[in-house]
Amino acid sequence: MIRIANGQGFWGDSLEAPVDQIRRGPIDYLTLDYLAEVTMSILQKQRARDPQAGYARDFVDLIARVLPDLKDRRIRVIANAGGIHPMGCRDAVLERAARQDLPLKVATVTGDDITDRLDQFLKRGIELKNMDTGEPLSAIRAQVERANVYFGAFPVAEALGLGAEIVITGRVADAALTLAPMIHEFGWKETDWDKLSAGIVAGHAIECGAQVTGGNCQLDWETIPDLADIGYPIVEAEPDGTFSVTKHAGTGGRVTVASVKEQLLYEIGDPTQYITPDCVADFTTVHLDQAGENRVRFSGIAGRPATNYYKVSISYTAGYKAMGSLVYTWPDAYKKARAADQILRQRLTRLGLRFDEIRTAFLGANGCHEIPAAEPTPEIEPHLPEVVLRVGVRSENRAAVDRFTREIAPLVLNGPPGVSGLGLGRPRVEEIVAFWPALIPKSEVRPEVAIWPSAS
Amino acid sequence: MAKRELIKRRLIEIAHARSGDKGDLVNIGLIAKRPEDYPILVREVTADRVKQHFAGVCQGKVERFELPNLGALNFLLHEALDGGGTMALKADPQGKTYSTALLRMEIVVDGDAA
Repeated sequence: MIRIANGQGFWGDSLEAPVDQIRRGPIDYLTLDYLAEVTMSILQKQRARDPQAGYARDFVDLIARVLPDLKDRRIRVIANAGGIHPMGCRDAVLERAARQDLPLKVATVTGDDITDRLDQFLKRGIELKNMDTGEPLSAIRAQVERANVYFGAFPVAEALGLGAEIVITGRVADAALTLAPMIHEFGWKETDWDKLSAGIVAGHAIECGAQVTGGNCQLDWETIPDLADIGYPIVEAEPDGTFSVTKHAGTGGRVTVASVKEQLLYEIGDPTQYITPDCVADFTTVHLDQAGENRVRFSGIAGRPATNYYKVSISYTAGYKAMGSLVYTWPDAYKKARAADQILRQRLTRLGLRFDEIRTAFLGANGCHEIPAAEPTPEIEPHLPEVVLRVGVRSENRAAVDRFTREIAPLVLNGPPGVSGLGLGRPRVEEIVAFWPALIPKSEVRPEVAIWPSAS
Repeated sequence: MAKRELIKRRLIEIAHARSGDKGDLVNIGLIAKRPEDYPILVREVTADRVKQHFAGVCQGKVERFELPNLGALNFLLHEALDGGGTMALKADPQGKTYSTALLRMEIVVDGDAA
C-alpha cells in the first residue's frame, strides 16, 4: 500500500495544507495541483514583465520550508508548478536546496508547450478546431498567447523511476499526478485500462484538495467538524486498483460516502467517458463503501483504452473587462439598485460607448442563481436590508472600458439615495485571456523527461 | 385501495448537489440523500425540467446522465456561463452556485415515500 496526498487544489489554496500533509501523519507522495487554465495566463503576464518568472513561486517557498522534513520522512513531491517555465522553477528549487546544503534530485516533465509550433501544425492540416464550437483556430490565431498539451501520468512515472525526489511538470492532466506514483510503484502497464482508470478516479477524488474531505460539502455542512483545521485528502492505494480516501487523524473535516460523491461529480461530463491522456474511465462503475471513520473505500472501477489524442489548451487575448459595485440599503434597496443600473446604462449610451456586453447582477436579491425561482417575492422585496449593484462591461476597446470605470463612483452623489461605495475605489481594467480547447494527435508531440541532480 | 397523496417537495429535502464549469458549460451533480429516493430524481428531474428551471440562464441544451451506482444524476447545461470562465461578467462565473439553484426546484412526491 502507498499513501498519496494532495496538498493543493489550485494555485491560491491554503499555504499550510501541504505542510500539514507532510508533518501530521504518514504519506509517501505529496501531489500539488497549481495549474487552473486561468493560472497559465497569469503566469504568462508575469513572464512578460520578468523573463525569470512564469512558474508557481509559492511552490519554491514551500519546498524551501519543508525540505528537511521531506528528507527525514522520504516523501517525494509531484507538482505541476512549472507552469510556462518549468526550468526556471527547477533552478529556483535547486538553488534553495543548495542554500540549505541539502542534495536534491529534481526531475522535469516538459514538451507540453507547443506555442511555437502552431503555424507548422496548421500548415500540415492539423486544424486545432475548437472542441466545443468546431471553429477553426484561424479565427483567433493572431490573438494566441500560448498553447499547452495536457500530458498523462507515464512521463511523471518515468521521472520517479529515475529517482527524482521532486518532479516538476508543465501541463499534465490533474488526475495524472496521483496516478503516476501508482504506475511507478505497482508496475502498471499502458494497457491496464481498469487499473489506470482506478488511479484516475483516485486523482479526480483528491485533485481539488479539501473539496472531498468536507470542504464546500453541501450535505449537512453545519455538522462537519472543525473546518478551521480541515484535513486534506490522502489516497491509500493498493496494487490491484482498489484504494481508500482518508485524511490524517486529528484533523478537521469529514470523509464520508456523501462528501466523496459530491467531489466525484465535480466537473465531469458523460460519466461513462471520463477522457484522460492515459485511459477513458467509467465513473458508473465506481463502488463506494464507508470503510471506517473518515475512510471511504473505492472498488470495481473499470475503464477503456485511451484515445489517440491529447487535449490542448490554447490561451488568447479577447478584449478587456471591468466590474464596478455599489451597495444600496433599506428601504427599497432593490428598487434603488435597479434604478441606478438604468441610470448608468443611459449615461454609457449618452457617452456613445459601445460594449460587447453590459451585465448587471443584484447581489442579495438574485445575483448568483439568476433563475426565476430565486427572484424575491413582491412581499419580501421592499424589505431587503441591502442589495449590491454589480455591473460589468466587456469590449475590444480598452478606452471604452476605462471610461466605464469613471461612471460608478459619481452615482453615490448623483443617483438614488442610501448608497455606499463599499470602499472599493475605482474599478480596475483587466485584459481578458480566454481559452480554446482543441485536440492534437499524440504522435505529434512527445513528453521530455529529465533529471537534474544538485551540484552539492 | 388507499388514495395516493401527492405532495410538493423542494429538491433540497431529498438531494444534495455540487456544480462546476468547463468552458461555457456547467455540470451539476445531483445526489439522492437516501438511495431509495434515487428513482424519484430519475422520474422528476428530467432534462426538460432542468432547462425550464434555468430559463434565462442556460441558453443551450441540457443533457442528463444517470449514475445509479452513486444514486446520482449529472446534468450538463450548455451555453450557461455567458461565454465562460474569464469572459463571463457574471457574479458566479464558474457556476459554483448552480448546485443550490437546482436544489430550489419543486417536485411532486408520493406522501408515503416522503
